[in-house]
Order: sequence, then structure tokens, then C-alpha cells
Amino acid sequence: MISRREFLQATAAASALTVGSGMGRLGRVAAQQRLTQSDITRFDPLGTVTILHVTDTHAQLMPLHFREPSVNLGVGEVKGLPPHISDSEFRKYFNIATGSADAFALTSDDFVSLARNYGRMGGMDRIATLTGAVRAERGDDKVLLLDGGDTWQGSWTSLQTKGQDMVDIMSALKVDAMVGHWEFTYGAERVKEITDKAPFAFLAQNVRDNEWQEPVFEPRRMFERGGVKIAVIGQALPRTAVANPRWMFPKWEFGIREEDMQKQVDESRADGASIVVLLSHNGFDVDRKLASRVKGLDIILTAHTHDAMPGLIRVGDTALVASGSHGKFVSRLDIEVKDKKVSGIRFKLMPVFSDAIKPDPGMAALVEKVRAPFAKDLARTIGKTDSLLYRRGNFNGTFDDLICNAMLSERDAEIALSPGFRWGGTLIPGDAITWEHVTNATAITYPNCYRNQMTGAQLKEVLEDIADNIFHPDPYFQGGGDMVRIGGMGYAIDVSKPMGSRISGLTHLKSGKPIEAAKTYTVAGWASINENTQGPPIWDVVAAHVAKLGAVTVRPNTAVKVTGV
Amino acid sequence: MKLKAVAKTRREALALAGIAGLAALIAPRISLADEQVVAAEIKKLYGDKKIESGRIKLDVPEIAENGLVVPVTVDVESPMTEQDYVKAVHIFADGNPLPGIVSYKFTPACGKASASTRMRLAQTQNIVCIAEMSNGNLHMAKASVKVTIGGCGG
Repeated sequence: MISRREFLQATAAASALTVGSGMGRLGRVAAQQRLTQSDITRFDPLGTVTILHVTDTHAQLMPLHFREPSVNLGVGEVKGLPPHISDSEFRKYFNIATGSADAFALTSDDFVSLARNYGRMGGMDRIATLTGAVRAERGDDKVLLLDGGDTWQGSWTSLQTKGQDMVDIMSALKVDAMVGHWEFTYGAERVKEITDKAPFAFLAQNVRDNEWQEPVFEPRRMFERGGVKIAVIGQALPRTAVANPRWMFPKWEFGIREEDMQKQVDESRADGASIVVLLSHNGFDVDRKLASRVKGLDIILTAHTHDAMPGLIRVGDTALVASGSHGKFVSRLDIEVKDKKVSGIRFKLMPVFSDAIKPDPGMAALVEKVRAPFAKDLARTIGKTDSLLYRRGNFNGTFDDLICNAMLSERDAEIALSPGFRWGGTLIPGDAITWEHVTNATAITYPNCYRNQMTGAQLKEVLEDIADNIFHPDPYFQGGGDMVRIGGMGYAIDVSKPMGSRISGLTHLKSGKPIEAAKTYTVAGWASINENTQGPPIWDVVAAHVAKLGAVTVRPNTAVKVTGV
Repeated sequence: MKLKAVAKTRREALALAGIAGLAALIAPRISLADEQVVAAEIKKLYGDKKIESGRIKLDVPEIAENGLVVPVTVDVESPMTEQDYVKAVHIFADGNPLPGIVSYKFTPACGKASASTRMRLAQTQNIVCIAEMSNGNLHMAKASVKVTIGGCGG
């Protein structure tokens, strides 16, 4: 038994995750030391400006486990490039010791034993401690706090309050500006209601009224910190209207809008900006391509694809930052400016180890307050798990397998489809499964679990379409996310092939027979973008299944055969 | 389509599949145009005349958000004087049942050769734009628009 978790010091917190400008490598890991809050916050300051970046928290207020992917393939020009490396390759690239704190934070293998050792990550009260420490060290007038979006969705409390809990929390954290994606699934009216009176800016240069092409949101805002003018340009997920229900924001149009982005950069410079920052929800590969085509961006704070990297990625004169998800990390960038130009950037991905960081009392109280009306529900135990339940991975996750199994049995279907969402916490064997855990993986505004008939040909077409959205060699044609998870059916995928020829070998798992193109199958699924989709909310389907099982065991999924890697 | 209670169209099937939305109304997969049909349409207008690239800026989204109303904007570089102007611009879609989307006629009085409209696209396909100059020269631009269910995990 570990009474108080022993932190094997990775240089994770301290020097290891401190990477200078450029493609820095982490220092050698110093083993066998305790990890402390000061290790995490230690930073050799630079210049007069500090930017803090948190993103894709998915409304997680409390510390949790979140296992990074073991499979995160890149295609085309980015094959094998970070962030498309995992586990030992990732550790080798960033010089991280196996078993270290940063190995736990950033890679997936040996997750269960490391999780028991290092404890949960994140928690808004811990994040507030880190941002507070940086503000205290640098002075408020030098610090800009930016939120990359996917902040208001992902928990039961955010769903029940239509994002209000997160708006209150992020206001208290003194966020200066944010962008959006899942935010839009509360509907246009609600988003406008919040952004019209929020104390932070909601920026998006790429959202337009689809009738007159007028901007829906402020495209950018100029801030002054440490005597330096900093332009922050916002970019919402360009594929929001394709990836989420368009009927929730029928008058809005998105897109990458590269030329408009260039205009925003040029206007920022003309307005006297010394630092031009893109607060983006494009996804990492889209931002990497954009950085090679739009000139004059100093920093891109990436989001959406949930990548966490302990080093900057450089594309020309642009530095890309990947700050992870679920509150696991806070990125700090110190920026030095000379002659109105960026002359140096110092970066650190600060890991939010909840057991090493003292909670900020003010934020802890606020978190408790916003959760209080739902506390009883959240804590309700539904069952327990004997298996590791996680979400991330290009083709499957055990939590998704559980959701698919729930649909197969509760909805009496032959095949189940579950979206390749990258959000939702991880549970380790022995953990109780509470209402909070179920809803952390399912809390959306279009949760109905449909039951329908589809032919084999239609199923293949669905898989081809989704695969193209992930493995199209041109990032501008990708939408982020992972392959749809499937229960009751296996398939083979060659990720190197073009659209229409990636998927083969569809098999009905129960009978072992091939899926027939003309035959009709009963299919259950959720998160349909169709308006008025019928069926019970997915959380009830999952909870009913878990309650019946009592203890959950999910066997390794071998139904997807991957080639062309 | 005879099967009852089956997702009838590709659109329904894809949209049902959750995750994301297919934005377009999907026409049955019969008698759709293709590159050859577009080439034949151009030939009908201009015979075997040489077609150059350049001078046309064709602006379409990489991915259609709503296949029923996909925005398309064309700008042709031209002084638009009596001596040198753009006479006509034609837009084709090679994956629609009928490839012709729109034809514009211009005169020097237009001031600039620029036009914008919305088109309905049945599926992922190429948009082809031909501009006819006052001296008879032809220019062409091509862009692909993807119509997809997408997939969203971020």
C-alpha cells in the first residue's frame, strides 16, 4: 500500500519538460527524487511576456486519469513525425525515461502501475495554483492566459448547466481569451448569450453568418503585456458544421479561411503587434500545414487533437505548442521581444500532478460550489471495473468497447457504432464506475441512442468516409478524432490507401460470417447529427448495462486489423 | 430502394452513423456526370481550343458544410477594358447528374470579372471553371470539394 504517493522524480516536472526554443530535447532523467510543486513551476524567466495555455479540458474540474494513445498514426508527410509517435518512440524522441513521471503523463504503456504510483492529474484548483504562481512570479501585467476551447463540454455538470459551471470557473481563473468547438453544441443562442457578457474574449476569425458572410465573433484582440502588444487571433474548429449537428447553429459557417487568416496577421502587424499568436482549434496537423502557408505567425497554440508535447515544433518562423487535454498540463511560454520582433521563446509543459500541487483554496471552493447541486448524482456508484477503461487510440479504446457492448445488449442490436471521441477519463482496474465516470465519456447535447437498419454496403461506406476524415494525406481534409468504434463487427483497414479502398474484410463477429453488402443489419449508435434522433440517452444505456454486469471486464479488442502503417 | 425501415440514402446512413454529418443530399448513384462529360460540355462550347491555366481564382470550401448550398466564388484577373476583358465564365461540377452549374456573361462595364453563387453538390467532386477572354483565349481552374460525414473526436 502506498499511503502517500511517492513521486519518482522525472525531470518531467523540472528540467525535463523545460525545453528551450527550438526542437529541444529533454534532459537526462534524474531518478529517485520526489516531485514537488516547485519542480513543476521552476522556470528560468525570459523577456517581459508570459503566455499560459490550457486547452481541451472538456469541463473536467477534478483530477482524473487520462491515458494517452498507444496508436496515433500520421499519414502522408507527417508519418512518423510528432505527435504521431507513441510510447517508446515518443520517449526516445523527447528523451523521457521509462517509468518516469513524464512517461506516465505523456505515454500509455505500463499505465496502470504508473497511475497507482503517480496519482491523478489535473483539477482546476491545481491549475489555479500553477497560474497563480506564475502570476505572482511575473506580475499580472506580464501574463496572458489563453484557453484553446472544448472547455464547456464533457461533464455532467457542464451539460446540466449548459456550460455555466465552466464559464464561472474560467472567469475566476482570469482567462483572457478563448476559442470554441464543442461550445457550439449548446446552440447558437446559448453561445451568444455567454460570449456577449463573458469577462473573456471569445475569438474566431473563421465563423461567418452564412447569408451575408459577416463575422459572428470578434476575430482577434490586441493585448498589452509587459509593455508589448500581443495580437491573439482565434480559430474555431473549421469542421464544426460537419463534425457536429449543424442544426444547432444553422446560420453559421466555418472553414479554414487561410486567406482571411493572413489578413488578420497582416492587420495585427499594421496595428503594432510585436507578437502574433494564433489561438487555434484546428488540430495539430492542420496547424502545421497552416504554419507553412500563412506568414507572420509567431506562435500557434494548438488544440483539438489532444496532443501533449514537451517541446516546441518549429515550422519556419512559427513555433507550435501542444498542451494536451483534460487539465493534465499548463503550457508556459516566456517571450522576449527586441525591435518589435520575437527574439526568443522559452517553453515548458507543466504537468498538473494533483498530489504534488497544493490546491488553490479559492478555486477549490468554487469547484465544490458548482458541483454541489449534482454532487449526489456524480458520486452514485453504478458498478466497478476489473479492466483498464480508456478512450484514446485510432481504432479502439476499452471504454468505447464497453459503450458498444452496452448498446448491443441494451438495444438488442447486431452491430453498434460509437463515435471516436478523444475525451473522457480513464479508469484503472479496481476503480468504481460512478455516474460521473459514465457521463464524463458521454455528456453531449445530442445523446440519443438510435436503433436502425443498415445494409452491409452502407456500413462499409460509413467506415470509408470516416477513415478518409482521419487518414486523408492532406491535413486540410482531415477533421480530427479517431475511427468510429464498432461492436459486433470486425474489419481490416489499410491506412495508406485512398478513399473507398481502405476498408475490407467486414465480419459479423457473432457468426464469424462476412458482412453481406445487400443484407440488412440492426445497428445501434449514438451522437447522430440528425435532428430528432430517437432513443434513450446513451448514459442511461451504459449505466443500465454496467449495473447489470456489476463488475466490468473488457477483453483486448482484436477485431480491427490495421495495415499500411 | 425497396427495403423498408432501412436508411434509404447514403446521406441517411452516414448521418445516422453518428459522429458527424454528411451535409449533402445524395442523389442515387446513377447517371452522374464525370470528367469526360465535363470535357464534352466544354468542347460543345469551345471545340478543341487550347485551354491555359492561371488568371482564375476559384474559391470553394475544401469540405462542404452543407452540400445543398456550397458557396463558390470566381475572380478572373483582367483589366476589363474594351480591349481586354472577360467575356464569359462557366462553372461545372463533374459529379452532379447535370454538370452545368452556372454561366456568367461579362462586359467591360462590369468593372471586374467576379461572381459568387451557391451550388448543390451530390457527392465529393471536382469543380471546373472556364473563363473566355475577349481575345478568345481560354483559361481553366479546378478545385475539389469533399462531401463527407466527417468524424469528430477532439
